[in-house]
Amino acid sequence: MVKWIDGDASDEDVVVSTRIRMARNLRNYRFPQRMSIQEAENITQEVLNVMKDLPPGVNYKFYKINSLSPIERISYIEEHLISPGLINRPDYSSFLLKDDETATIMINEEDHLRIQVLYPGLNFEKAWESINEIDNFLESKLDYAYHDKFGYLTACPTNVGTGIRASVMVHLPALSIIGQVDGLIRGFQKIGLAVRGLYGEGTKAYGDLYQISNQTTLGEEEEEIIKRLKGIIYQTVNKERDVRNNLLSSRKYEIEDRIYRSYGVLKYARRISSKEAMQHLSNVRLGIEMGIIKDIGFKEIEKITIGIQPGSIQKYANRDLDNNERDIIRAKYIRERL
Amino acid sequence: MLCQICKKNEATVHYTKIVNGDIEELHLCEQCAMNKEIEFDSTFSFHKLLSGLMDNIQGELPFKEIQTLKCPFCGMDYEQFKKVGKFGCAQCYETFKSNLSPIFKSIHGHDRHTGKVPVRANIQVAKMKKIEKLREKLKEHVAREEYEQAAILRDKIKELEKGLD
Repeated sequence: MVKWIDGDASDEDVVVSTRIRMARNLRNYRFPQRMSIQEAENITQEVLNVMKDLPPGVNYKFYKINSLSPIERISYIEEHLISPGLINRPDYSSFLLKDDETATIMINEEDHLRIQVLYPGLNFEKAWESINEIDNFLESKLDYAYHDKFGYLTACPTNVGTGIRASVMVHLPALSIIGQVDGLIRGFQKIGLAVRGLYGEGTKAYGDLYQISNQTTLGEEEEEIIKRLKGIIYQTVNKERDVRNNLLSSRKYEIEDRIYRSYGVLKYARRISSKEAMQHLSNVRLGIEMGIIKDIGFKEIEKITIGIQPGSIQKYANRDLDNNERDIIRAKYIRERL
Repeated sequence: MLCQICKKNEATVHYTKIVNGDIEELHLCEQCAMNKEIEFDSTFSFHKLLSGLMDNIQGELPFKEIQTLKCPFCGMDYEQFKKVGKFGCAQCYETFKSNLSPIFKSIHGHDRHTGKVPVRANIQVAKMKKIEKLREKLKEHVAREEYEQAAILRDKIKELEKGLD
């Protein structure tokens, strides 16, 4: 499970993952919000036909939302493999998932196609290369809606042009401890970047995890958009590292205490809510990042972080669980892995 | 300073938006700011602001005219577009084209795409250029009364035009 995390990664001490998504539409169909179920079906078939011509060795698996159970739907979202918007209209929507989970082609979300690539750590080069390749393959066979002046046409005016949203998930516990995260978020917004919680628009930031992405899509080249974001991320990464070093020298016992207490709670708790677990996981992650905790790695923590979410924990238990049962099984799940 | 919307009350809410270095200011009275549901905190969303933007934007077409526009492909009219803040199909862009630039400028700071171009679009452009060239040659042949060659070119042009949208 959650294979995409296993790839090679750099800067994993601050950057959890790098993602790029592209919004694309086909010329001769109404956009998903206004289309008929027949149009949805035709688009799906068109895309599936194109995917038959993939080069050898590249494999995608096709999933229809309405053939997945509600728990499975949610756990794909929690694993960051599909967007929350994809499951709103189960009879219209589907997706193709690459076998190593680094790429998803979502069909009939807000746009006909939402292509996503996802890599662990900071890796915009690879992400851009792969998504561009997928896009080139699709556009050689599909009739994309493209306008000479406005570029790639999308349902929402906020995505028009490049249709590209590049984002990273960063872990900023040290900046959070010294109370600088809010200021940083305001700063990002002033320079046209969006900051969101763990699962995108409208979701809360738990466990000091923040998603930072470009806000505008029109008027800049794709690579410029990515370069600008990357520059800001480097600054943020360095700032977080500086503050960690300062904390380690000026507030050593306080920080160590905080990390080991959280490690203890996670190791021995018998009941734990996802919110509480997220906060302790954030502290343990900080412990790994600072070299204090050495017997577990970033990738294991990331897998646990995903595995304890409400959908994934029910998938693990293989049945519906009420809140109380979820907390008990969540604690067990964590104990088995720490 | 008077509120930019009602133009009656004193503007007490000052709002600055910076996109890619372009600064845009909005001065509103408290009532209008509240009506517009403009949020000044971090949850500020483009979608909520879009219809507000569209009310205050002066496009090429006056409001009365743009209001009568309706997308021939999906049936979306301007009022609906304003309400949902989303296009209904690719054709909507052509339908509402005259008023889109100011909307895009206020969202993105730009109104023209400079990024990737689909290979297909390139092929289209290349085809159109080729047709243009052939037409010029055709004229030359006609001028020289070389009708046989002219007929061959005419057929070639027709063939190429079939592949264009």
